[in-house]
Amino acid sequence: MSQDTNLTYSRVTADVVRMLEKPSVKWWALFMISLSFVGIGLICFIYQVYVGLGVAGYRHPVFWGTYITDFVFWVGIAHSGTLISAILYLFRARFRMSIYRIAEGMTVFAVLTAGLFPIMHLGRPWNFYWLFPYPNQRELWINFKSPLVWDVFAVSTYLTVSSLFFLIGMIPDIAAIRDKVTEKPRKIIYSILSFGWKGSNWEWLHYGRAYLYFAALATPLVLSVHSVVSWDFAMGNVPGWHTTIFAPYFVAGAIFSGLGMVITLTIPIRKIFKLEDYITLDNYDGMAKLIMFTSGIVGYAYGVEFFMAWYSSSPFEWQQFMYRATGEYALFYWIMVICNVVIPIPLWFSAVRRNLKWLFIISIFINIGMWFERFNIIVISLSRDFDPAAWGVYKISWVEAGITAGSFAWFFMFFLIFLKTLPSISISEIKEILPVPKRGDK
Amino acid sequence: MSLNQGVVGVYSYADSVLDAVRKLKSNGYENLRVFSPVPLHEVEEEIDLPPSPIRFFTLFGGLLGAASGFAITVLTSAAWPISVSAKPIVSIPPYMVIVFELTILFGAIFTLAGLLINGFLRNRAPVSMYDKRFSDDKFGVMVVCPTENINSVQDILNSTGAEEVKVDSIDG
Repeated sequence: MSQDTNLTYSRVTADVVRMLEKPSVKWWALFMISLSFVGIGLICFIYQVYVGLGVAGYRHPVFWGTYITDFVFWVGIAHSGTLISAILYLFRARFRMSIYRIAEGMTVFAVLTAGLFPIMHLGRPWNFYWLFPYPNQRELWINFKSPLVWDVFAVSTYLTVSSLFFLIGMIPDIAAIRDKVTEKPRKIIYSILSFGWKGSNWEWLHYGRAYLYFAALATPLVLSVHSVVSWDFAMGNVPGWHTTIFAPYFVAGAIFSGLGMVITLTIPIRKIFKLEDYITLDNYDGMAKLIMFTSGIVGYAYGVEFFMAWYSSSPFEWQQFMYRATGEYALFYWIMVICNVVIPIPLWFSAVRRNLKWLFIISIFINIGMWFERFNIIVISLSRDFDPAAWGVYKISWVEAGITAGSFAWFFMFFLIFLKTLPSISISEIKEILPVPKRGDK
Repeated sequence: MSLNQGVVGVYSYADSVLDAVRKLKSNGYENLRVFSPVPLHEVEEEIDLPPSPIRFFTLFGGLLGAASGFAITVLTSAAWPISVSAKPIVSIPPYMVIVFELTILFGAIFTLAGLLINGFLRNRAPVSMYDKRFSDDKFGVMVVCPTENINSVQDILNSTGAEEVKVDSIDG
């Protein structure tokens, strides 16, 4: 949002309500495409349940493959939403205002997507509830020393808290929409979701406090979630995994990939819904700077991994990293390095940061690069560990590819529904950064 | 004592709202409520409500979450002692992850409860006093006063620039 804007309070409300008008044919076309890919993913999953995990590309010694890669990828995508909505809220960064709702929606839907993968990865997915501690006849409890159980707690807490944050943050906006729509069913639904919000000073007082505490709770949470995800690997004694740099490395990577996804999503939305007055080039400039920063951290981590492997004098570590850069998977390794470290370099120039075409292209490469980063960490490390007799190469199967494609469609399906049902621009926060109407204005 | 009446004035400008609140307060009207599409911090200071009790909800939730985290990990490990990787039966460092996550989870849920109780259930603004424009671009100043004072309140609201003044009987 820039200061010299021609937005007014009533225009902000009207513009957001306009976004929620009946979906166009294009929307339905996109929605149907998403739905059909979700169907393909579902068929692949049913086939896998019916036949068994053998149809996934799991071959000795690689038993964590595409599903875990997808899981880490989607959890990572989720992170920048909370970064933008909570951390930048605490830092009072104004460029977050126009994009944070979209980023938050992305967080919730990405966690919804991520949560499916550990279940698909199970041989008997119907027993997934064994991961939760519940009283049972045999008095068996889960093993709280296992990083996989930490993961269950971290991801389910994250889903709960980010959904609450998302819905609470929307209350005043939904009230504004409730007061504008006329159709009865919509009015009823928005009335329920608005909790009877009337915008009195009493409500604002408590709401502001609650929002602050939510942000303060979400901030350490978001850092913990990807740290815990990284410990799924770092706690294991596998060359390429067993390192203390993993937590900050994963968190930086998560924010990096999530910001890439925010840019990929908001550039078309801005154009389709004509939101140029809301999402300005300054907003993109801010996000691109964060991408530069996190790209730097990720690039540094790639270097430090090699240094530590060499410095540790452990032949297992060193062969693992040489294998990454020169072995069967070298192509994937170099795709990762180029996408995540080299391609973002032009962002050092403000002309690129403010050019949406270039930004969009760079953001797509970041998404690709970060998917491969997870793939490289997980699969390459497992392909070659201590015993050369147990080395092997993993190939992704069509079932895994189908489910991965389905997961992207599943994410976009939710996102498309969100765009047409909930306010994707925060009405009240945009109004808050506009000058308050005063008598002298007119 | 006659029945209490609600009077609400609709305003377009935030500084008029501030004037109205100041004038009403100096005339001894304390039961005020301001409707606005955005939080108005100057008005908040002027009306000076006590600090929100939500902080106690959050604190209590966080502490309860931490206690639950310790309880579930330690008690379940002790309930069926089985050695995993030759580690102590109750090993606190890995349990801290669970303690941390439950602290956040319970803290957030209790914050939500605090918001619902304090912001939405207690002290609701009466529906008859609400105007749809308050969520869009108008501000409202609502006064609860005895019937005999309605005229003086209306005068104050009109003199500070209210575009519209509505009167309705309310409970309490």
